[in-house]
Amino acid sequence: MIDSSLMAMAERFLSALRHCQLLNMRVHQADAGGMTLVLPWSPLLVGNPQTGAVHGGALTTLMDTTCGMATLCSLAQFEVCPTLDLRIDYMHSAEAGKDIYGHAHCYRVTRDVIFTRGMAYQDDPEQPICQVVGTFMRLGQQARGGIRFAGKLDGGQG
Amino acid sequence: MIPADVRQRLNQAHAVGDYAPLLALIPYAGLIGIECERQGEQLLFRLPASADNVGNPLLPAIHGGVIAGFMELSAALYLLVYSESASIPKIIDFSIDYLRAGYVRDTYANCQLWRQGRRVTNVAISAWQDDRNLPIAMARAHFKIEPEKPLK
Repeated sequence: MIDSSLMAMAERFLSALRHCQLLNMRVHQADAGGMTLVLPWSPLLVGNPQTGAVHGGALTTLMDTTCGMATLCSLAQFEVCPTLDLRIDYMHSAEAGKDIYGHAHCYRVTRDVIFTRGMAYQDDPEQPICQVVGTFMRLGQQARGGIRFAGKLDGGQG
Repeated sequence: MIPADVRQRLNQAHAVGDYAPLLALIPYAGLIGIECERQGEQLLFRLPASADNVGNPLLPAIHGGVIAGFMELSAALYLLVYSESASIPKIIDFSIDYLRAGYVRDTYANCQLWRQGRRVTNVAISAWQDDRNLPIAMARAHFKIEPEKPLK
């Protein structure tokens, strides 16, 4: 898929996710190499008021979304892919006041399952906040609501 | 270290079984809308149904990240109450298996402390909606805690 249309598809997909809209998440980059989303820092995301550290739940939301949307980069056509499992290793806390980037890619696509890997960082991708692996189910294009949703993503009326 | 006033608020919350003043200190708790109540010696966590937490517009269903965040926060609060850690428990790693779709309904979670070491604890978290025996997700987490007495 051409990167610009992948980018547009990713933006439409993200705009349909209410909770991600609440967190003001945006698509930073989408290409064959994977998906990168931005989670703007907000005081509402703080989990530890003593340190100002962002709660793991906000990072999990960023990374579940990023890993799930990375499937868009590896599939010829849109498929509904719910999360089967997710594991997050926290390297260090996110610094208050700085946007958080989530990057993920698919490292194996099988008939039924997609394996993804990713990480979140602030200034430096070499100093990740967390490392993530996630497995997603392929429900195929026949899944309930899948075709109509795919139509909407392609810019049609569904 | 947990500041004295927070520790006092924590003890008071646990004594009367009203955790709202404690949750009010945590912005992310308010963002997703988590609630907590005491059930005997257990803590029951509740995430009231909210359109703001939707992450799958097709079903619709709660965002998997919100379910995970709800469960991670439940585990941290559970440890804050039961582990007697001298500091706020710090997440090390978190692993979640999604078993069923989490529809836009009230979601519940409870925690089990499998192992409390001096520095690290292992907690299992189970989340369900209508039927406790049909969990929508199971998770486990390691948290770093601070022993009350310094390690030798």
